[in-house]
Amino acid sequence: MGDPRLPAAFLQPGMSSFSDFLAEQAPDLLPGRRAVPQGHAGDLAPHGTTIVAATFPGGVVMAGDRRATMGNIIAQRDIEKVFPADEYSAVGIAGTAGLAVEMVRLFQTELEHYEKIEGTTLSMDGKANRLATLIRSNLGMAMQGLAVVPLFAGFDLTSDQGRIFSYDVTGGRYEETAFHSVGSGSLFARGSLKKLYREDLDATGCVTAVVQALYDAADDDSATGGPDLTRRIFPVVQVITADGGRRLPDTEVAAIADAVIAGRMTRPDGPAAPLTTGGDAR
Amino acid sequence: MSTPYYVSPEQLMKDRADFARKGISRGRSVVAVQYADGVLFVSENPSQALHKVSEIYDRIAFAAVGRYNEFENLRIAGVRLADMRGYAYDRRDVTGRGLANAYAQTLGTIFSSGGEKPYEVELFVGEIGDAPADDQLYRLTYDGQVADEHGYAVMGGAADVVAGYLKERYAEGAALEAALQVAVAALGHSEADDRIIPVEDLEVAVLDRTRTQPRKFSRLSPARLEALLGDRGAAVSAPAEADGSDEPPVAPPA
Repeated sequence: MGDPRLPAAFLQPGMSSFSDFLAEQAPDLLPGRRAVPQGHAGDLAPHGTTIVAATFPGGVVMAGDRRATMGNIIAQRDIEKVFPADEYSAVGIAGTAGLAVEMVRLFQTELEHYEKIEGTTLSMDGKANRLATLIRSNLGMAMQGLAVVPLFAGFDLTSDQGRIFSYDVTGGRYEETAFHSVGSGSLFARGSLKKLYREDLDATGCVTAVVQALYDAADDDSATGGPDLTRRIFPVVQVITADGGRRLPDTEVAAIADAVIAGRMTRPDGPAAPLTTGGDAR
Repeated sequence: MSTPYYVSPEQLMKDRADFARKGISRGRSVVAVQYADGVLFVSENPSQALHKVSEIYDRIAFAAVGRYNEFENLRIAGVRLADMRGYAYDRRDVTGRGLANAYAQTLGTIFSSGGEKPYEVELFVGEIGDAPADDQLYRLTYDGQVADEHGYAVMGGAADVVAGYLKERYAEGAALEAALQVAVAALGHSEADDRIIPVEDLEVAVLDRTRTQPRKFSRLSPARLEALLGDRGAAVSAPAEADGSDEPPVAPPA
């Protein structure tokens, strides 16, 4: 930025999207605009893995494990993959870590930029659609193995409930009910949540359920990291309610994770669900 | 055929300055006051939608008087500049000084170029640091001059009267409550009498370093203002006389 004066385009009214503005003014800063040579590049960069989200009355919880893998190597054991998107929403990303983190930064700036320019926040669906557009712009890279698949969750102030959206690499946006999971361990996490999730869970119960689900994902998926007891590395957990979102402090997550692990010492497969509905085995 | 006039550069600049000053003096004042936890901005603005005080970035706020369309453009440009810099580098690399500099260059160029009419605006750019000593308050005028203000600053229509009132009563390091009371009283002060401005007509925002979020800007709601201002005597306020009603629209009903 050599010329200290504001360029004319900055003074032009009418555009409230930050990514559209970047596309005109500095397209090289957009993650999806880079040309990648032909071929499969998926093994070159670390991949983030499992993200889980679940709603409870009055809010929504999102959690992610801390592992990034590169082929059979653990690239990082304390990566963070769940981020606040704005005050009332969070985004967790599975897939190519470098692109994912950049896309989250762009999405965060996009939401804040709109809020500052327009003086009001986007609706929950508006936010979800903006994220879909960002993911769609990455389709070229996704086809070369550098896919980014987010999970988006937030508290909708108009309908007064937690909502979860999942995506595919083409930018398809799907609203999920109750709970959802993305990433390599998502099948196991979702199976686990199917048995553990109840609609009347409170915030702490919901956090426990997603930590259990991440444990089950790590149990069966080599790319998902379980709680690291020796290094005290635990999942990143975001809890969002009508009061806004917050990241649970590590001490709180550690206490829940320790309880989960203590239970698994006697029953390694985790809590048993009743064979027929109606019973209460927990 | 008309004879081309000779206008001396001094006269040309003076005319342009008079033009801009006249536009600015039509609107009512905005006050910025440094207090213990940050910077407080107070303006009289009956509109709930058209703001005179706004957020630019985490620790940076913007306030303006004058022509709404002009300062709104500058505000949007500032948000774009800040967001772009914060995205390209890091959030900590967005500074009030950089923004004030960009505004100063822009306003200065427009003022001295013959082709465009000068902007009829004055701006504050406020930035808070980790301690009161690190807080910055810049005042920018229509011709691109920047002044580094300390303690308090006033711009707009009755700036001199309001600043005179503040000069006598401003206390450094005051709590929010006290700072707000002085600022609101100053805005209502004129040589003739002291008005009590109803809370609905006040637009108040703070950069508050005690906020836990990274974004330190927050607007104070009428309910909160009512509580902070306390009893201000008789609630009857003389309706502010309509300012220059035959003039083209200036700022939000100023």
